[in-house]
Amino acid sequence: MRYLRKSAWLFLVLVALASLGAGFWAPADYATQFREAPNSPPSHQHLLGTDEVGRDRFSRVLYGTRVSLLMAPAAALLSTLLATLVGGVAGYLGGWWERAAMAATDLFLSMPWLFLLLAVRAMLPLNIAPITSVAVTFLLLGLLGWAASARVLCAGARGLRDSDFVLQARASGLRGLRLLAIHVMPNLKPVLLAQFWISIPVFIISEANLGILGLGVEEPLPSWGSLLRELESFTSFGFEAWKLVPLGLLILVVSSFQIILSRDEVYA
Amino acid sequence: MPKIVRRLATMAAVVLVGGLLSATLVRLAPGFDVDEQQLDARLSSESVATLRRARAHDRNIAGFYLHYLGRALRGDLGESRTLNRPVRKLLAERLPVTARLAGFGLLVGWLCAVLLALGATMTRRVACDLAATVLGGIFLSLPAAVLALLFVFANAPAYLVIALVVFPKVFSYTRNLLAKSYNLPHLLTAYAKGVGRLQVLIWHVLPVAGAQLLAVAGISVSIALGAAIPVEALCGIAGIGQLAWQAALGRDLPLLVNLTVLVTVITLAANWGSEFAGQSFRTSEA
Repeated sequence: MRYLRKSAWLFLVLVALASLGAGFWAPADYATQFREAPNSPPSHQHLLGTDEVGRDRFSRVLYGTRVSLLMAPAAALLSTLLATLVGGVAGYLGGWWERAAMAATDLFLSMPWLFLLLAVRAMLPLNIAPITSVAVTFLLLGLLGWAASARVLCAGARGLRDSDFVLQARASGLRGLRLLAIHVMPNLKPVLLAQFWISIPVFIISEANLGILGLGVEEPLPSWGSLLRELESFTSFGFEAWKLVPLGLLILVVSSFQIILSRDEVYA
Repeated sequence: MPKIVRRLATMAAVVLVGGLLSATLVRLAPGFDVDEQQLDARLSSESVATLRRARAHDRNIAGFYLHYLGRALRGDLGESRTLNRPVRKLLAERLPVTARLAGFGLLVGWLCAVLLALGATMTRRVACDLAATVLGGIFLSLPAAVLALLFVFANAPAYLVIALVVFPKVFSYTRNLLAKSYNLPHLLTAYAKGVGRLQVLIWHVLPVAGAQLLAVAGISVSIALGAAIPVEALCGIAGIGQLAWQAALGRDLPLLVNLTVLVTVITLAANWGSEFAGQSFRTSEA
């Protein structure tokens, strides 16, 4: 398992590096059209062929990976921060604060995640600049994905609040934010990190779902969601296997996250 | 009894607040006041003004919501703007479709997950466990929308997509739960006394794991409902998932608010139903 985890890390680092260096080794820009060769099969010029409007698929996969793989952790960071603010602080304060925070969390959790995401995303303008659509999509993921983490963090903070060492710190005169910063937060760190890592694959998959439904990142900017939309025009597994490369990459990346996360299950 | 009353009161409060929040979000959405019909060049300025007036009463969010609640109490859920049909009729037509789809999906997903988890735990073979884990991991990594597209391509039944979305989550939880139950010390005593595997499962493992498994049943309903959106939208199934999709794209306020309330009620009822079932299971076992 240890080697598998190391391999997963290595794979993720390689994919991240490949996507970050897309400007160096991508044969073309993600929006450049080769109008004379739409829907072409793999060749020396186009390693994964071209899409229906003649854009190099390999370049789009590299740039799309960059968007999804960099923005999902950013959204995860935002959701973990919100979860800490709502769940962690409420669990630490207890009483009315905790009840109110958990009621808000229940409200969010009572709606299926994709339903909530879809409804809120559709309430924002649909025809926006591609770069704005990236920000909007991942900002929404971050802003709406805090509830499950908040519940876990609230339970963790509640446990710490009632623990002996916090009681002793209180008896020694340590209170408020200082107590929170010195004793509670450092002990919540493993839970925070686990929640952060758990959120990343969830957000990657959610972006892919939104992208396929046409509510994710706008064209011509690629993301895994928009790249997977190509499967709508898929005709044959055998003859057009190269079209499945974005899907294969998505499965491998999300699986790698799961393998890495298997160690953190105890905190999740 | 007071517990049930308290639960129902909480459910009503959550539904009311959820409905208000969704109505507020729709009202604050950019372009809320703009109707696609207003862009029709054939319409006169009087017609455009009439369209604007028709939407004017929706501007006050509190007014809109109170008006909606009053009508809902009389059984009138309003009319869908995009489909020009009463929302109640739309929900009555489409809810059974989604219920069937999600129901079959949940049944198949749960059966596969529990049987595979039992097989992996009882045989205690690394290969079996690894194969089941890899299979679960692959489906866990696939977005529901991709599965739906692949199933459309393969001309396979759509409920299997729901089953495949539910399966990995239930499988992973069930396997961990069974593994924990099989490691309990009293099971070692039972084995030492010569109790058979099936008897151990029925008399010692299922009573321990059953209550917790029932708790997951409620969550899996929420997962299935969430997956129903891309499945119905991409497979062309006229259920509430597709309706939610159309309502979201068309910014259909009455439909969206009703759907939010309906989905919230179903999810809460499923969660609390499974919680009660779990508690009853524990009580009967005790």
